[in-house]
Amino acid sequence: MSETFEPKIIAFVCTYCTYAGADLAGTSRLKYAPNVRLIRLPCTGRISPMFILKALQKGADGILISGCHPGDCHFTHGNYHARRRWMVFRSLLDFMGISTERVKFSWISAAEGGKFADLINNVTEDIRKLGPFDQYKELIRETEAPATL
Amino acid sequence: MAKIGVFICHCGENIASKVDCTKLAAAIGEHPGVAVSVEYKYFCSEPGQESVKKAIRDNNLTGVIIAACSPRMHEATFRKVCAEAGLNPYLCEIANIREQCSWVHTDKDMATEKAMDITRSMIEKVKRNNKLQPIEVPVTRRALVIGGGVAGIQAALDIANAGQEVVLVEREPSLGGHMSQLSETFPTLDCSQCILTPRMVEVAQHPKIRLLTYAEVEHVDGFIGNFKVKIRMKSRYVNRDVCTGCGDCMVKCPVKKISSEFDCGLGKRTAIYTPFAQSVPNIPVIDKASCIYFKNGKCKTCMKSCQINAINFDMQDEFIDLEIGAIVVATGFQIQNTAGYGEYGYGKYPDVITGLQFERLATASGPTSGKILRPSDGKEPETVVFIQCAGSRDPSKGVRYCSKICCMYTAKHAMLYAHKVHHGKSHVFYMDIRAAGKGYDEFTRRTIEEDDASYVRGRVSKVWLENGKLMVRGVDTLLGRPVTIPADMVVLATAMVPQPNAIEFAKTIGIAYDEYGYYNEAHLKLRPVESSSAGIFLAGACQSPKDIPDSIAQASASASKVLALFSKETLEREPVVASTNEATCAGCWGCVLACPYNAIEQKDILDRSGRIIKSVASVNPGLCQGCGTCVTFCRSNSIDLAGFTEKQIFAEMMAL
Ligand SMILES: Cc1cc2nc3c(=O)[nH]c(=O)nc-3n(C[C@H](O)[C@H](O)[C@H](O)COP(=O)(O)OP(=O)(O)OC[C@H]3O[C@@H](n4cnc5c(N)ncnc54)[C@H](O)[C@@H]3O)c2cc1C
Ligand code: SF4
Ligand code: SF4
Repeated sequence: MSETFEPKIIAFVCTYCTYAGADLAGTSRLKYAPNVRLIRLPCTGRISPMFILKALQKGADGILISGCHPGDCHFTHGNYHARRRWMVFRSLLDFMGISTERVKFSWISAAEGGKFADLINNVTEDIRKLGPFDQYKELIRETEAPATL
Repeated sequence: MAKIGVFICHCGENIASKVDCTKLAAAIGEHPGVAVSVEYKYFCSEPGQESVKKAIRDNNLTGVIIAACSPRMHEATFRKVCAEAGLNPYLCEIANIREQCSWVHTDKDMATEKAMDITRSMIEKVKRNNKLQPIEVPVTRRALVIGGGVAGIQAALDIANAGQEVVLVEREPSLGGHMSQLSETFPTLDCSQCILTPRMVEVAQHPKIRLLTYAEVEHVDGFIGNFKVKIRMKSRYVNRDVCTGCGDCMVKCPVKKISSEFDCGLGKRTAIYTPFAQSVPNIPVIDKASCIYFKNGKCKTCMKSCQINAINFDMQDEFIDLEIGAIVVATGFQIQNTAGYGEYGYGKYPDVITGLQFERLATASGPTSGKILRPSDGKEPETVVFIQCAGSRDPSKGVRYCSKICCMYTAKHAMLYAHKVHHGKSHVFYMDIRAAGKGYDEFTRRTIEEDDASYVRGRVSKVWLENGKLMVRGVDTLLGRPVTIPADMVVLATAMVPQPNAIEFAKTIGIAYDEYGYYNEAHLKLRPVESSSAGIFLAGACQSPKDIPDSIAQASASASKVLALFSKETLEREPVVASTNEATCAGCWGCVLACPYNAIEQKDILDRSGRIIKSVASVNPGLCQGCGTCVTFCRSNSIDLAGFTEKQIFAEMMAL
């Protein structure tokens, strides 16, 4: 892996907390790594494990899930659903042999612009260290190979 | 075929300086389905909006992307523009290339590349957007005001005077908040009680206001226009309906030495008490912790003294359920505990007091009848040192922010002291004098020039007792030398901080708060009185440190927001709601369990003879809040969320 590997990271965030926190980082003119693309959802409860798998399959090197702090969900407890789902999904990833370090989970509130910027920088660095994610690509190549024979 | 129009805004230099908009527009123009891709200096301006409308009409666009600032800024603006041009407003999406791109990245190439990704992914989303219609929901025209300080009082009166019903909930036994504790108020020196008490009485007597004191909000459910609120009426042990407020019970109560919260510990009260003489309502409460009867089952002296049998020791807390359309939060502040400032001697020396305690001393109806007397020996202090910013602007031990009011109230205290103790001398240690407000600078100048307060610019490092004098050691940074002033009394201008349970309470009602626990406004500049939750408004010092004029202005602003909401019988809500596919729903009820709002019901599908063929899940769009938790739950993909459908999200992702 070359030194300049720029990971591609997809973040699934809720609109009320983390998306607003990201906006606050912007209005505060904080600077952070440009590797993360946000997908805005009403609530972390809306995040399906399929989104994560699909994103990894599509070529993302890392995934970030972030929503309101426990107890602060705009929809009262969507984030608890997300957390529980993530705990289960995590073991599935593990089982599939995908490093769970590629999928990060965090809470960022609308007031935490600074924390958002730090998170993005840290996640980017962590994923950079892990290197590109091509397990999936290899898998696809392997499974598709017989058909092309 | 999709015909998408993409409008890339420079936002002056805000976007254009970090994102190459020309390159972006050219690249996006090549994207499949894009019919128009243009850039402009300010799309939110009048000509900008007109150009979007024209492009929609001229090209028969089927979707619009505005690549600009956050959707939280201008989504509503541009959806309206689309609607005016005949395009369903929900076929418009915002690509956030300012807050989440140009403002946060330094490398222009990388920022431009990111802007392209963001814009493309929104294009793929919008291609799959559906035409939606806003949902109409009824509005309950009854407001809840939480907190009966000056802000809550003002909001309640404004709403009630406009003819709408108000429920005002105050957790203390009386209305009034901090203002009822103050002596005279800057910058005009009106007597605080004299201007506040009439308003308290007006609240209590207003036919449109239901006043619930010694009560707390337990639970809030629902949404704008349709909140369901549970209130706990704490048991007073005195029947509110029959008590006449004669006060006989308080005279007879044998427990007389309880430190008065209202007098900040400078006065005493009984176990059955009203916080102060002008309390509204003038109905006492029994403080269970200090009442002899509650301790050992004997006494009931007050009960015997009450001529009309208003006292009932068996009273229990009661709960009231209310339907509410809008909420004004006016829960105020508290002053910071000075425990961290051991060097100032608060708690150790009785003559080191807080500004609020000074207010009690200076109040005509206070524990000293308005005479400035030392708590230790009741003597008039001849030298008083005031220490400003005791806790404010001190990230190491206090709070980082400026409490805003202390420069002013310290100037007021020095002035009142000069008026009351003619031979007295006051010294004020300050960091800066922040007296921005109508008549404020003139007021502080008066204290310095006419009332002979000596202002010393610098911090105090230590206060200690020596030969009966409080020795105040600080630096005069203007003269660059240390100073020690022997004083008879020291007054700390302690920081204003959120209520002790502010964060917990924010969670109860579902609004956002900042790192300190002050409540967040929807937009600091453009929507300063709306909370993060629709239908919940903010007033007074619960949002940030405020003086009385600011608190009142914000309260009136909140009231006008409530009245605007109540001006219609129904209100339009975003149609971001879930719906089920009855053909594929297997009736597993996973979604029913997942939904935080009980918005999903069982619906029976009948055949012609009325027999049930199957039962499926059905979403009530009036109750659904659009979180989408159910969608993720459904194993048969039979439920989807308008505006954030599976298709839309996958398409967005695939474009990245
Ligand atoms: C020492 C001092 C001197 C001051 N002097 C001046 C002055 O001269 N001039 C001036 O303009 N300003 C002055 N101020 C500022 C003034 O006190 C405030 O601006 C004003 O009190 C703010 O009003 P409020 O209604 O927002 O809050 P508060 O007065 O704090 O009222 C809040 C109310 O809400 C109630 N409450 C809290 N939580 C709940 C809950 N969960 N449920 C129900 N009720 C709740 C509280 O019991 C209280 O009654 C001074 C402040 C201090 C500390
Ligand atoms: S409880 Fe009875 S004695 Fe006490 S104030 Fe009320 S009416 Fe008077
Ligand atoms: S989106 Fe689903 S879970 Fe969320 S409120 Fe609506 S019906 Fe309930």
